[in-house]
Amino acid sequence: MNEHDKRIPQTVPIQSATFSNPINAEIRRAAATGIYDIRGGGAKRKVPHFDDLLFLGASISRYPLEGYREKCDTSVTLGTRFAKNPIKLDIPITIAGMSFGALSAQAKEALGRGASAAGTSTTTGDGGMTEEERGHSQTLVYQYLPSRYGMNPDDLRRADAIEIVVGQGAKPGGGGMLLGQKISDRVAEMRTLPKGIDQRSACRHPDWTGPDDLEIKILELREITGWRVPIYVKVGGTRPYYDTALAVKAGADVVVLDGMQGGTAATQDVFIENVGLPTLACIRPAVRALQDLGMHREVQLIVSGGIRTGADVAKAMALGADAVAIGTAALIALGDNDPKWEAEYQKLGTTTGAYDDWHEGRDPAGITTQDPELAARLDPVDAGRRLRNYLKVMTLEAQTIARACGHNHLHNLEPEDLCALTMGAAAMAQIPLAGTDWYPGKPGTAY
Amino acid sequence: MQTIDLATQTLRDMNATLQAQTDQTNATQWDIENPRGAHAIAVGLDAPIEVTVRGSTGYYCAGMNKQATVHVTGSAGPGVAENMMSGTVIIDGDASQYAGATGRGGLLVIKGNAASRCGISMKGIDIVVQGNIGHMSAFMGQAGNLVVCGDAGDALGDSLYEARLFVRGSVKSLGADCVEKDMRPEHLEILRDLLDRAGVDAKPEEFRRYGSARNLYNFDIDNAAAY
Repeated sequence: MNEHDKRIPQTVPIQSATFSNPINAEIRRAAATGIYDIRGGGAKRKVPHFDDLLFLGASISRYPLEGYREKCDTSVTLGTRFAKNPIKLDIPITIAGMSFGALSAQAKEALGRGASAAGTSTTTGDGGMTEEERGHSQTLVYQYLPSRYGMNPDDLRRADAIEIVVGQGAKPGGGGMLLGQKISDRVAEMRTLPKGIDQRSACRHPDWTGPDDLEIKILELREITGWRVPIYVKVGGTRPYYDTALAVKAGADVVVLDGMQGGTAATQDVFIENVGLPTLACIRPAVRALQDLGMHREVQLIVSGGIRTGADVAKAMALGADAVAIGTAALIALGDNDPKWEAEYQKLGTTTGAYDDWHEGRDPAGITTQDPELAARLDPVDAGRRLRNYLKVMTLEAQTIARACGHNHLHNLEPEDLCALTMGAAAMAQIPLAGTDWYPGKPGTAY
Repeated sequence: MQTIDLATQTLRDMNATLQAQTDQTNATQWDIENPRGAHAIAVGLDAPIEVTVRGSTGYYCAGMNKQATVHVTGSAGPGVAENMMSGTVIIDGDASQYAGATGRGGLLVIKGNAASRCGISMKGIDIVVQGNIGHMSAFMGQAGNLVVCGDAGDALGDSLYEARLFVRGSVKSLGADCVEKDMRPEHLEILRDLLDRAGVDAKPEEFRRYGSARNLYNFDIDNAAAY
């Protein structure tokens, strides 16, 4: 045995869980650039989600309906409280607000085509209404945003509903950040800003300062639109009980509640990952607020933030939502992050499924860009068909589950149909842990 | 002259009547009596009519106005002429917060004082205030002109984009990225026209111009202390 062999064996190198490679890389990136990371998309960290809930199908104590044979209604009416013309949709899955500017005109058109073919609505975004989306959207919700970019009373009157955006799940309390490289001539004109400069979308409405002002703002919008269309109020999921209650008090017809898995066009990564509540944790407090006010089903609740499948739709509705909205999932259905563009994603230093630098305007899929050559890659007709198919599949999935639980309408799904896989999900969703009749904080228990 | 008495008619009926007027209407003169501080008076108008509100108004009077001339003989509550597209709004008295907020066009004349956030996020509107304005006025102002014949409060023009600010009196403080700029002949001409249209007897040469330094238009870590 020589000297070398006598040495004490080395320990296996261990990566720090605190200073992991991704964290270290971000530290080096921040040190090199002097700016926080800005990106699109929603939270990437794993938080309790709909996956942590399961449905309890029918057996003896419940009586199922025949899959694909017995009727299971999916229609939903939104805005029944005050509006002369409530929104009637064939399916309870709507398209969330996404702006022209963040998205190409072709993408907006595709969203309109797909949603209309599936019998649902689309929503404008921070940048105003385009002819592409108005022309191709059977039902269009016009967002009234803090920035008021492109805000126009003529467009307001052309809308089928108005959504007052107070906050967004990806960045509750924060504004937007459209960097200069995406500001084309058209985007600059719509937003009344010089071409090429960073465009900050304000974090708060400039002409009101609280719920009492919101009530008066809603009155103004109703007066301008003749009380015809529903007024939605969209909030980021942070204090869902109080925000829902105040939105109802202010006169909202519909409350849109966006959890932290909700997407955004561009904001700080640290914000996306560290501010807000998981969607799962938002729903029951919001529903409780509506119930406490005697307004559940009178003021409709749309839930968004990480909705991907018919199971997610069904779970959100079982927890008390009237409908859901999808954003990121709709972009993927159109073709974003499609593996066919893998080589180009790699040139951008990323890979399929992880591309989120939507603010840079170099989206190989032609969806989150204003580059005319890239945008031309997206065929709005074909992409619209894909979105329509996806919406139909989600609806079929939700119907299948509802039938298995014995319901002939998606709205008849209820918390009783669910169990939770984890303590955390049980507490957040107030659904019993699987195999028990208990959840943390359940009234009347010792826990 | 058509008269609508808000003591006997509802806000909805009044707005519906005014909104129903078209470019071809013969009923071009309207009097609104007994406004009693009501909110959302004469909002969403879109015809070349002249509306006189006999008294003071609440929030959002003449909101999103197009084409119409709305004259308030009293004072106006918050958000008067918010997001105005065109036309003229004249306030004989004072205006509360965020007068002319996000306005895109037209002329707003306030003969008294305006409170804080006058012209906030303005996007093309012209605002002439004969008195003073409060703090944070023209915050994030994108386009248009704000003329102040009196004094301006704190943080004038904070985070300003391309709106032009003209102040005759003192400015308590300038906001981030807002600086005093030269008054060139073209600015004197713009100001003279605005003063004429607003019926203000003042000399353009008495005013100072403020605008964006444009240092914050694209993020740079070296400017972080400015935020």
